[in-house]
Amino acid sequence: MTHVLKIEDLHVSVGDKPILRGVNLTLNHGETHALMGPNGSGKSTLGLAIMGHPGYEVTSGSITLDGKDVLEMAPDERARAGIFMAFQRPMAIPGVKMADFLRHATTNVRRPDRKEGEELIPMREFRKELREKMEHLRMDSEFARRYVNDGFSGGEMKRAEILQLAMLQPKFAVLDETDSGLDADAVRLASESIADIGHQKMGLLIITHHDKLLEHNPPDFTHVMLGGRLVETGGKELAEELHQHGYDRIRKAYPDAEALNQKLLAEEAEEALA
Amino acid sequence: MSQTITHAFDAAGFDALLASQSEPDWLTTLRREAFEHAEAMSWPERRHEEWIRTDIRMFQLGKFGLPVLDPADCDLTETEQLHQLVEGVELGGRIETVDGCITKESLDEELAAKGVVFGSLSKLAQSHPELVRPYLFTAFDPDHDKFAALHAAFMSGGQFLYVPRGVVVDRPLHIGSILTDGGTDTTHTLVVLEDGAEATLLHESNSTDAGGAGLHLGSIELVQKPGSNLRYVNLQEWGHKTYHFAQQKAVIDRDCSLQWTIAAMGSSLSKVNQSVDLVGPGAHSQVNGVMFTEGRQHLAYHTLQHHKAESCRSDFLYKAAQQDKSRTVWRGMIKVDPAAQKTDGYQRNDNLVLSHHARADSIPGLEIEADDVRCTHGSTTSKVDEDQIFYARCRGFTRKEATRMIVTGFFQQIFDRITIDSVREALGAAIARQVREYE
Repeated sequence: MTHVLKIEDLHVSVGDKPILRGVNLTLNHGETHALMGPNGSGKSTLGLAIMGHPGYEVTSGSITLDGKDVLEMAPDERARAGIFMAFQRPMAIPGVKMADFLRHATTNVRRPDRKEGEELIPMREFRKELREKMEHLRMDSEFARRYVNDGFSGGEMKRAEILQLAMLQPKFAVLDETDSGLDADAVRLASESIADIGHQKMGLLIITHHDKLLEHNPPDFTHVMLGGRLVETGGKELAEELHQHGYDRIRKAYPDAEALNQKLLAEEAEEALA
Repeated sequence: MSQTITHAFDAAGFDALLASQSEPDWLTTLRREAFEHAEAMSWPERRHEEWIRTDIRMFQLGKFGLPVLDPADCDLTETEQLHQLVEGVELGGRIETVDGCITKESLDEELAAKGVVFGSLSKLAQSHPELVRPYLFTAFDPDHDKFAALHAAFMSGGQFLYVPRGVVVDRPLHIGSILTDGGTDTTHTLVVLEDGAEATLLHESNSTDAGGAGLHLGSIELVQKPGSNLRYVNLQEWGHKTYHFAQQKAVIDRDCSLQWTIAAMGSSLSKVNQSVDLVGPGAHSQVNGVMFTEGRQHLAYHTLQHHKAESCRSDFLYKAAQQDKSRTVWRGMIKVDPAAQKTDGYQRNDNLVLSHHARADSIPGLEIEADDVRCTHGSTTSKVDEDQIFYARCRGFTRKEATRMIVTGFFQQIFDRITIDSVREALGAAIARQVREYE
């Protein structure tokens, strides 16, 4: 059976402010989708809603994984069901070593029925696998002993997210701007690493502004989000076009969505000032 | 607590206590003086800076009797709670007490042959006055307040460790103190390390019942002669209806090293004064404090690092997490005397407040009278971040697992400083037991 993550007519609000206004998207296992769009269009909101962030309320629509209602699941149940998101800004957890964090995470995701307090993956076995994955991703072994994202540079955080992706081997992964804040070399490395993990082994939703991350992970579909809706879907040539020429054509073609997008951006700016 | 009180903290009780002890005159004299002072002193005033955050109006000394005076009256032998710090540790000696009465004591023969003394303070005051008398009440101040004076007058049982010059106690020593429900413990712990001596002392306090009532009116005195090295660990898990009043003081001389770890988990109300006096050049003390409270617990720790000599280092780190409606108070002071040039002093208190109704008071202080010193202090109070929890949940952690991990991570900085494996593990386990689910 091919796994399917299906998003239908999804409406999401933050507080009482609607952000997503009817998103439809079907991700089949093995497919790579690029999600592009100007700032404020709702791309990250979609990722956080898929993971079940408590601050993002689904007001209507559905998300299902192989027909199962994802919206009924707590975030950790979604992770155990095989959904993953690489965070744009991952949180630091001081005092908790990457290796310990990942051992616990990997155990829970691989053994979805594990109860609290039950045994974790044996240390030796886990260390071996982690070391192999880190070597593969050309990461210094010292990384495993550092505290989760604590004092990491932007690039280190993104690489740590990719390492987690490699260890957790989800069915579906959302990569939220895993290229932002990275220099050209680092983006290339990230792109290669994701390809190495195997974009064909999962369904990928890559949120990005650029096409560099897509270099080694050519999208089967490119979606453009504007004003909380997917306004256009194309192939990888659409991603190339948007990267080269920006969003002017899109903005002109969908004036209503553009107006909503501007309104959301203005509100965000106001809140930031307040 | 239903037992009737045989002897109270009054004149008749004091006489009964004196009659039950066969102790040297000099000690009786110390007691009498302390009793007179205690009688003359009033209870601390609420307006007093040390008590302004700690309300003791509910505390009634009259509800508690004196500790068991005759060891024959201690029939408790189950003391399994007392072995947390020594899991897998080969010990050099151990003392177990019930309500202050010593029920078991042992010391490795090799250590005894080297002149190490470890056992009941009241017995050793009689048999080894030349070792006890010069040091007893040299660090501890019986006139500090009424609690201190009462302790000095009514102390009972107690433990004494003496390590002669140059002797290295290569295996940890252990003290386990247990309090029965409604019981009283007025234990005095005296540790003396002569020049160049070394020792590790693991001390844990517990109640037979985790919710047990009781009174601990105690004191710890650590006296270190030049070049000595002491690691002292104190795990306090008194029952949650127990009062804990204690003065804990170290006086460390030239080139001494003291690593003092305190984990405070128990009691309903604690008021502890902990201090380290650095009296000889080159002395170094590190204090690691952990507090983790729940229910309506109130734990107040007042710390003092007193630099009396030049070129000493002191490094105090207290980390506290508060749950439910509990409250901790940490009030720290670095005091630097005019003579204590080249002082390197550090104090820090971090708090993780885990519920809306919990509270952490953190009051760092500096009092510096020398001009060539480096003293730094800091204090933080934060909540568990919902974004951290969400992040961990996105990696498959349940809410409870995520919280436990974040709280454990918060204390990790202390664990990183502790050099004894069994202690690190016992503290980690004690913390893990306390963590619950928070919404």
